Amino acid sequence: MSTKTAVEPVATNAAAEAPVPETIRLEPTSGFGRVLSPHELWRYRDLAFQIAARDVTVRYRQTALGAAWAILQPIGFMIVFSLFFGRVAGVSSDGLPYALFSLAALVPWTYFANVLLLGSESLVANSSLVAKIYFPRIFMPAGVLAAGLLDLGISLVILFAIVLIYGLVPSVAVLMLPVLVLIMLAAALGVTAGLSAVNVRYRDVRYVIPFAIQMWLFATPVAYPSSLIGEPWRTLSAINPMVGVVEGFRWATLGTADAPWELIGVSAVAALVFLLAGLTYFDRVERSFADHI
Amino acid sequence: MGDVAIRTSGLGKSYELGLSRRGYGTLRESVVETAKGSLGRLAGRRGERAAGDTLWALRDLSLTVERGEVVGLIGHNGAGKSTLLKVLSRIVEPTEGWADVTGRTGSLLEVGTGFHPELTGRENIFLNGAILGMRRSEIRRRFDEIVAFAEIERFLDTPVKRYSSGMSVRLAFAVAAHLEPEILLVDEVLAVGDAAFQRKSLGKMSEVAEAGRTVVFVSHNLAILQALCERGVLLERGEAVTDAPVGEAIDSYLRTLERAAGGDLLERTDRDSRGYDESLVRRVEIRDREGGLADTVVAGRSATIVVEVTEALPMMECRLAIHNSLGHPVATLDSEVSAPGDVRDPELGPRIECEVDALPLLPGRYRIDVLLKGKRQIQDGLQAAAFFDVEPGVLAARPTPISGADGDVVLPHRWRLP
Repeated sequence: MSTKTAVEPVATNAAAEAPVPETIRLEPTSGFGRVLSPHELWRYRDLAFQIAARDVTVRYRQTALGAAWAILQPIGFMIVFSLFFGRVAGVSSDGLPYALFSLAALVPWTYFANVLLLGSESLVANSSLVAKIYFPRIFMPAGVLAAGLLDLGISLVILFAIVLIYGLVPSVAVLMLPVLVLIMLAAALGVTAGLSAVNVRYRDVRYVIPFAIQMWLFATPVAYPSSLIGEPWRTLSAINPMVGVVEGFRWATLGTADAPWELIGVSAVAALVFLLAGLTYFDRVERSFADHI
Repeated sequence: MGDVAIRTSGLGKSYELGLSRRGYGTLRESVVETAKGSLGRLAGRRGERAAGDTLWALRDLSLTVERGEVVGLIGHNGAGKSTLLKVLSRIVEPTEGWADVTGRTGSLLEVGTGFHPELTGRENIFLNGAILGMRRSEIRRRFDEIVAFAEIERFLDTPVKRYSSGMSVRLAFAVAAHLEPEILLVDEVLAVGDAAFQRKSLGKMSEVAEAGRTVVFVSHNLAILQALCERGVLLERGEAVTDAPVGEAIDSYLRTLERAAGGDLLERTDRDSRGYDESLVRRVEIRDREGGLADTVVAGRSATIVVEVTEALPMMECRLAIHNSLGHPVATLDSEVSAPGDVRDPELGPRIECEVDALPLLPGRYRIDVLLKGKRQIQDGLQAAAFFDVEPGVLAARPTPISGADGDVVLPHRWRLP
């Protein structure tokens, strides 16, 4: 499945009757450089779109509440967290209403957790495709990320509505949101690509994931503010990319005074490392998926 | 000239055997198996499939397919036909050697891959088309044709889960049939749908072939291969042993089948991959009950097919499929469909017998495929487990036609003539 595209390039006017044929050499490959071939990804773009569209359509058609789940999940957590951490335990919320404080973090967190859960199963769940059809395998975990963006968009809209109801006005910091989302996507793609690949070989992953997500939730300042942690541990904790994302989301949507630049910076670097590590591993094992699935 | 569509050189694909049959394991399993494997090696134990055994599904295959050629791949189960298609369609990577594929490739290894039951017929056409490598614009352009071919106009916006199985197969094939690649790789997909639809599909296939596209085709149905292909490549244990005009390749395949049937069946490796292997087919033989040579039966006389197995299991069942010399199925005898005359006899030992009264077959050579079940599981399966000759005889007081008769069976019958 190597893709050394040789000699003649593809004719761009593919609609013509006889495009210049392209020769693809299939040979054993070792090392890296398969998943990230832009040529391949572009060639199969229609398939990527169809798979993402399928995931969205099927989910909305099979669930009674459909789009409502996008927001019910974070709101449910928000209520529980507000009761137990906010009221009972009296966890600090940096002077913000606790409900808002937790919801701003739960919106990105819910996306991340769902993507991890679904994405790590994506190759195994589509085993019939993987065993019978060639396409860049990265589309499977990446498709889960793409399909989830719709939910993220919906829940962001609701979050802003609630922010306005509380009488807060987001500052220009809101412009940082796309960057934060990108950091989150990088981390999510790295982790899900890696886990989905391991899952093909070792189905243990299925049992580890829900547990790991719980642990990760507590390691991320969703229910508590990161200001509870003293320096230098606070900055260090941002090697968990979700720390920067979650604190960044609070700052960008609720207009808290201090921008957590150091957290966002560390997390961005960490997310990049996650992304590279995940894709590298995926790349290494991609060629044997069909043998093991 | 550059008019080569596929060129392979020293192409090989090996699989690591061992661990569980299913190809994936858990971490614990692989730790345990690795430990066991090395202990076994320390103790000098061999023979059993230890982790790390390699199976060459394809070996040293050098093949050139010109543009516009229609090539049939022939061979036993496990000879490497499907593996070759999978390598050529980039699903698996070769272990050694290389293959150059020139032109847009469409592969059809299964009908309806990626069909989603929740999506409507319309949505599935787009999804499945994309999966098969069609552009969106291309699907849109051929959409009406696809719908008409599948005969599902009225159900276009119904979820596929409400389709009858015939309808979904028709739809799946229709999408695939309208694929317009320069190279088409097809694996045994014509064996779907009802007879009328099969004819239609076959027509479509030959249309594709005549349109000057390159087709590599795998099928067990030798008659279809003969009709569609010009050239046949016979694979045996992953190697191409014959590469000739299709008639010749089929002949040499039939000869290898006979050779395989002649030997000890337990030595054969081309067994049904679904089998649990608790009991294996040891020998299959057909006998004329009124005497005569083994594996030669006279038409119209009663015969017994004996299947010797390695072990008698509870709930044993057996299915025999009789094929003519072209590989066309003639009859299926299935013990799971029981009749009052069937007997279960614990004294019989590890063997199964099937008695046929007044064998209604025309003279010729036939082969028997066996599928063995026990404990409600498929235990073993072998194609061409035995061959037999039918000699001319008398059925219902009428001599069997000696030559020039069409078909494979004789019906007991009576005329009323003026």
